[in-house]
Amino acid sequence: MKVVVLGTGCKKCNDLAANVKQAAADQGVEVSIEKVTDLNQIMTYGCMTTPGLVMDGTLVSQGKLLKVEQIAKFFHAK
Amino acid sequence: MQWNREWKTFLVILSAFVVCYTLPVEQIEAAIWPSSPLWEALYLVRWYAQEHVLLCLVPAFFIAGAVSVFVSQAAVMKYLGPKANKVIAYGVASVSGTILAVCSCTILPLFAGIYRMGAGLGPASAFLYSGPAINILAIILTATVLGPEMGIARAVGAIIFSVLIGVLMHFFFRKEEMEKVAAAAAMPEPEVKRPLWKVAIYFVSMVGILVFANWGQPQSVDDLWSVIWTNKWLITGGFAALLALCLVLWFRVVPSAIYAIAISVLFLIFMSPEQPVIAFAVGIIGLSLILTTQKDNEELQEWFEASWDFAKKILPLLFYGVLIAGVLLGRPGHEGIIPTTWISSLVGGNTVAANIVAAVLGAFMYFATLTEVPILQGLMGAGMGKGPALALLLAGPALSLPNMLVIRSVMGTKKTVVFVCLVIVMATISGLIYGTFWC
Repeated sequence: MKVVVLGTGCKKCNDLAANVKQAAADQGVEVSIEKVTDLNQIMTYGCMTTPGLVMDGTLVSQGKLLKVEQIAKFFHAK
Repeated sequence: MQWNREWKTFLVILSAFVVCYTLPVEQIEAAIWPSSPLWEALYLVRWYAQEHVLLCLVPAFFIAGAVSVFVSQAAVMKYLGPKANKVIAYGVASVSGTILAVCSCTILPLFAGIYRMGAGLGPASAFLYSGPAINILAIILTATVLGPEMGIARAVGAIIFSVLIGVLMHFFFRKEEMEKVAAAAAMPEPEVKRPLWKVAIYFVSMVGILVFANWGQPQSVDDLWSVIWTNKWLITGGFAALLALCLVLWFRVVPSAIYAIAISVLFLIFMSPEQPVIAFAVGIIGLSLILTTQKDNEELQEWFEASWDFAKKILPLLFYGVLIAGVLLGRPGHEGIIPTTWISSLVGGNTVAANIVAAVLGAFMYFATLTEVPILQGLMGAGMGKGPALALLLAGPALSLPNMLVIRSVMGTKKTVVFVCLVIVMATISGLIYGTFWC
């Protein structure tokens, strides 16, 4: 699955990327994580509050540092 | 909260606080290198640790954490979306920094979002100007360190002039077609967990604790202010009881936990009535324990985590900021490395030139979150006028050289230049007005 983490480079965004990695490892899901730090590119996903999380091209969460379990739920929903 | 990951950070911060609080600067100074301006840094750090951390910053962190967890940001964003009523959008943009911008790294994405996907250039500019200046932590620290009237002037100045800047930006560029973003803004759905009035009472109780615990001794006697001052711990206790009531009634906290804390706090007050700070600290520790040990209550855990996040992020920045401000500028009434005559010749009094210098300096200089406060305190102690101080406070957090570059990438060079000029002009005008009428 293609996962994009949106954030201008603050700590929360890095933590979110780490949590995604952890959740993917826990669930045995293969993911490619891309980080987008450019503000204009972040906008193209429709995200206004960072950190944002994009899965397979759709924004699933914004403005929240999701916990590992919460990310796992998104994996299951997909 | 994951204690196994956080306990080291917590211990470092706690021990740094205790060291700063009890630091025998006088003895160290006399023993090593008497009357060097470098010691000012340590005096200032100790003063902050003693006067501002426990009673002011710690409650402020809890409030900021509560804002980010319990106030529905989605409900606010609704008014900044593409279909929003323009007049309302300006109003909301100018004040929403209080709850949307609790962390400085969220300002620029929100600004870009409002500009490219939401209500447009005007409201976005208004938000960018007022957001950093009116976030809760900034207002609280400004008011307690620099005085309540400075805190109020900062908030009011930021809100009023942000609307002006927004309207002017919209007017100057009214003919330009904005490049549309393909994706529509994803407006998060507001989740309503409890009615607004309950949240309001809960916030009133916390703000009450903060305001009255920090009530300063007035110079006058026998008026309302001094009556409040003599009873300030009684009033603070009343608000604490209200907070406890809110927690039990609406946040599913077991009453027995509250009783345990209340009894220990009351016991400490009777044991050492002249040291209310100890009872206050125990109350805070008790609250933290309740929040972290409610296993099935995710809201409360999130509240504590968000508060802790702010503390972790801001305390170190503030510590370095205070150290640097102390070395360079000294405490009020004491000289640091920079001679006070320089400062008062540059930004003393309330001349137009002094206000412009302060506004320009503020616009280009980078201030880490909240460090503008100790720096300004140093400058004012060294002779900076109140008007220029406000000008710097308004232009400072809104702009810096690094964030100008980001703003430029979002809205282009021309608009950025106009925005920077407007900020400098408006900050100068606010400073002049404040310096003329309130000093």
